[in-house]
Amino acid sequence: MGDPAVLELRNLEAAYGAIRALHGLSLTVRTGEVVALLGPNGAGKTTTLRVISGLLRPVRGQVLYRGQEITGRHPAYIARMGIIQCPEGRQVFKNLTVRENLTLGGYRLRDPARERRNMERVLALFPMLKERLHQPAGLLSGGQQQMLAIARALMADPEVLLLDEPSLGLAPRVVDEVFEALAQLKANGLTMLIVEQNAEKALGLADRAYVLEAGRLVLAEDAARLRENPDLIRIYLGR
Amino acid sequence: MQAIGSPEFWIQQLINALGLGSQYALMAVGLAMVFAVMRLINFAHGTVMMASAYIGLLLLQRGVPFPAVALGAIAGAAALGVLLERIAYRPVRGAPDVALLLNSFAAAVLLENLAVLLFSPRSRPFPMPALLTRVLHPGGNLFLPSIHLWAFAGALLALGGLAFFVTRTRLGLAMRAAAENPVAAQLLGIEIGKVTLLAFAIGSAMAGLAVLFWTAHVGTINPSMGFEPVLKAFVACVIGGFGTIQGAVLGGYLLGALEILLQGFLPSGIVGYRDALVYGILILLLLVRPGGVLGYLEAERV
Repeated sequence: MGDPAVLELRNLEAAYGAIRALHGLSLTVRTGEVVALLGPNGAGKTTTLRVISGLLRPVRGQVLYRGQEITGRHPAYIARMGIIQCPEGRQVFKNLTVRENLTLGGYRLRDPARERRNMERVLALFPMLKERLHQPAGLLSGGQQQMLAIARALMADPEVLLLDEPSLGLAPRVVDEVFEALAQLKANGLTMLIVEQNAEKALGLADRAYVLEAGRLVLAEDAARLRENPDLIRIYLGR
Repeated sequence: MQAIGSPEFWIQQLINALGLGSQYALMAVGLAMVFAVMRLINFAHGTVMMASAYIGLLLLQRGVPFPAVALGAIAGAAALGVLLERIAYRPVRGAPDVALLLNSFAAAVLLENLAVLLFSPRSRPFPMPALLTRVLHPGGNLFLPSIHLWAFAGALLALGGLAFFVTRTRLGLAMRAAAENPVAAQLLGIEIGKVTLLAFAIGSAMAGLAVLFWTAHVGTINPSMGFEPVLKAFVACVIGGFGTIQGAVLGGYLLGALEILLQGFLPSGIVGYRDALVYGILILLLLVRPGGVLGYLEAERV
């Protein structure tokens, strides 16, 4: 817990035109930690990730990466620093083969040896990708595309992995598979910030959780405590 | 002239179609690449070809040897494509697509008028070396204009190189990724601006190569010479399927073959309507396959 913050958000305010999406959000992700960002639809979870990745410029507030301000930087710059987002809806390159998708994951590294090593690692994590390396990614099923999207992000050797709704639209069995892989990544020490509608799954993985509601932080708590007190979740998430 | 339908006739048609198609393919590729990364039909593409021809002519008049003239014209086209992106397109990124389209017309008109001012509107002869303008007689009644050979070989090399680039290199893959999903590409560290510039540079260089062959065919150049090539490139893209390199290449060769066939088969009284017929066939094709031969509809792409 005394670990230094990898990612720190300070009083973020963000808006889409006249519509406010975040009202002063602050949160911290420390090295090796898995943090869940929970909340109902429209609470500002995806917006938070968009601001971190530089896809949306905040109205006010700061994003700090290892103490250095990166607010408003270009998305490509932020990705090259090692903050890698696995976006909502998977967004694999459908016309490209699985292998090409993975190769592009390692784009920021410029290091063929590291790329090869990462390729071996992600194929060990998701063996089904191995048989499909030469298929266009668009031919994969939804669950396979999600695994490819995570694998592609891992190819970049992320310092922090931002995951946006990895369970979205997947069958329960596939959700289990995805979260098993994420648990393995956690065991390897990967730092993650995960946005999820599926609170139960996310809390099973996370060390800590933040709950957002209408762009405001309403709860910050250890994930273990929330697991033991499902009522808390019900109050905040309205389930 | 061979008898219509004889084997020699067909071989002749094939030679002509490959020669012409190679030019169209090279012209169309640049249009397709820019469309892929920017969703812009770059009508200034033809003006780049015109300017590249004038660069070639200026070099030639200064006594530069022809291989260097060719390289200069190609490099000039690439540089102009890059400038165009920087000056006319990048400042309006994020604006509605129609702003880009209008800017491409504006750039085309401006460049064309600049050429009129600098070089006068009249056509100028572009003396090509005999190596490019000779007609070989490989046997029988066959004519093999060496320009067809050059165009075919040039297209094979350039397009082969391009295929290698977009499938085997880090930057080439990044370009295809950015074309398909710019947001996801940025999230991996790919700079859209860099990739876009590269698409302009490569596409314009291909056009610069094509216009050398085109000029060798026509023999003269003038400030409005870019209109027909960009139209052909556009039609080639539409036939093959807009926005993909394969579509542009296939469309280029199909358009070349179609024009040559109509030229060969139409009675002399109607042959003047060849282009009208080509566009008629294009309309029919689009009715059957709105996305072109290799294409998919825009709606399916999302």
